[in-house]
Amino acid sequence: MKKEPRGWRELPIGAVTYKLSLEYKTGGWRTLKPIIDLSKCTRCMLCWLFCPEMAIVWSGRDVLVNYDYCKGCGICAYECPVKAIDMVPEYS
Amino acid sequence: MLKPRVPLEEQKVMPVNGDEAVAYAVKQCLVDVVAAYPITPQTIIVEKFSEFVANGEVKTQYVPVESEHSAMSACIGAAAAGARTFTSTSAQGLALMWENLYIASGLRLPIVMAVVNRALSAPINIHCDHSDAYGMRDSGWIQLFVENSQEAYDTTIQAFKIAEHPEVQLPVAVNLDGFFLSHTLENVYMLPDEEVHRFLGGYRKLVKTYVDYLNREVEYKLDPANPLSIGSLDLYDYYFEHKMPQVEAMKKASDVVRRVNEEWYELTGRSYGDGVIDSYAVEDADAVVIVLGSSAGTMKYVASLMRQKGFKVGVVRLRMFRPFPFSEVRELLKGVKVVGVMDRGLSFGSYGPLYLEVNTAFYYSKERPLLVNYIYGLGGRDLSPAMAEEVFMDLIEVAKISEVREHLKFIGVRS
Repeated sequence: MKKEPRGWRELPIGAVTYKLSLEYKTGGWRTLKPIIDLSKCTRCMLCWLFCPEMAIVWSGRDVLVNYDYCKGCGICAYECPVKAIDMVPEYS
Repeated sequence: MLKPRVPLEEQKVMPVNGDEAVAYAVKQCLVDVVAAYPITPQTIIVEKFSEFVANGEVKTQYVPVESEHSAMSACIGAAAAGARTFTSTSAQGLALMWENLYIASGLRLPIVMAVVNRALSAPINIHCDHSDAYGMRDSGWIQLFVENSQEAYDTTIQAFKIAEHPEVQLPVAVNLDGFFLSHTLENVYMLPDEEVHRFLGGYRKLVKTYVDYLNREVEYKLDPANPLSIGSLDLYDYYFEHKMPQVEAMKKASDVVRRVNEEWYELTGRSYGDGVIDSYAVEDADAVVIVLGSSAGTMKYVASLMRQKGFKVGVVRLRMFRPFPFSEVRELLKGVKVVGVMDRGLSFGSYGPLYLEVNTAFYYSKERPLLVNYIYGLGGRDLSPAMAEEVFMDLIEVAKISEVREHLKFIGVRS
């Protein structure tokens, strides 16, 4: 593994992404944080379907948010048919 | 003189115009994808090429798109998938492609584009000047300018070899003057198909690059078997580093252009100066003009007449505008008293772009010639031999008084 940050001679040609985007955590962009009330949640998985970041995770029992990648767009809260998701300020 | 591998008598003479010369060249280059949109004076290129496709004379995938923006987008996609790709355009079409030009070079895609030079609107004009080409000078494309239709044919084939050279991997624009070349009939010598194939080494060869998450070197192309993501978000942490290889590739391009010109000479018996600069009667000249494109023919003709009258004048035709051959220009014109830089286009509020480059070329030398910028031929106005002589006489006058009173002059415009 080359040392980060790399020099320009150590990069692949043509702006090829050499790392997986999994290594680029975007959760820090968030100002609003989705909180799922699992007692209201019906596990319909619409939030999972609509999440543009694939940040909604099904644990096998519960619906969870992967906060490493959730940018806090709020689409999940908007789509939730039982209003089980609250968007709360990240820092209050 | 070295005997070319394909002697002239084995080359086929075709009476074609400049656009057709380009189309025939592309036909022989094993091009996988052509995506283009018609615009005067480029239309004949893609019109002729679409005929070749319709007749089954080539196996190229022809993508008739709805705009030049899409033409360049399709070329970028195809080239990223590993295809040898060609397009061509003029003026407004090139302007519409603009944002994608930077993507083609940034992704290091060796796309070849014929730019049939035409003036930019407004007012609308379909005739030749170089304002379209000047507009793309900072986009990271190699820019070559040809003097005649034979050179348009030769350079189009060379362009693929230059673009795809492993150390270059940059898009190349082949500029030919609208109407003066594009629509003017000329006898053009063409090679047998298999010689062009051999010259290019067959279909496009891909470069390899190491990708960490695949843990190996893979061919640089979009391939589901080795998935790559290219040109994605890149901020202040890496964007700068991603631009540096483009700087380096441009540096290496000059030598490749020169070498390809030599190889072409061995193959066909034709060469254009050293590939970068084509000069005429410069050695003992007191006054020299620097010019791009077809006007060089007129300038050389007039220079030869003036030489007969005893005026020591010469002509430098730059075949390569990007990367700009700074040290070569400096070296070639060392000791010349006065140099006239002829621009068929200008940067409003400044000078002609060629003039600015030539100034930069000479800034660091102790002995530098006096420089005068002549703007000529906007919107396709012909550069007549009389105007050419006017430029030379003006330069001789400047040399006599050793002073440039006006740096920016306009040739052939009514007052």
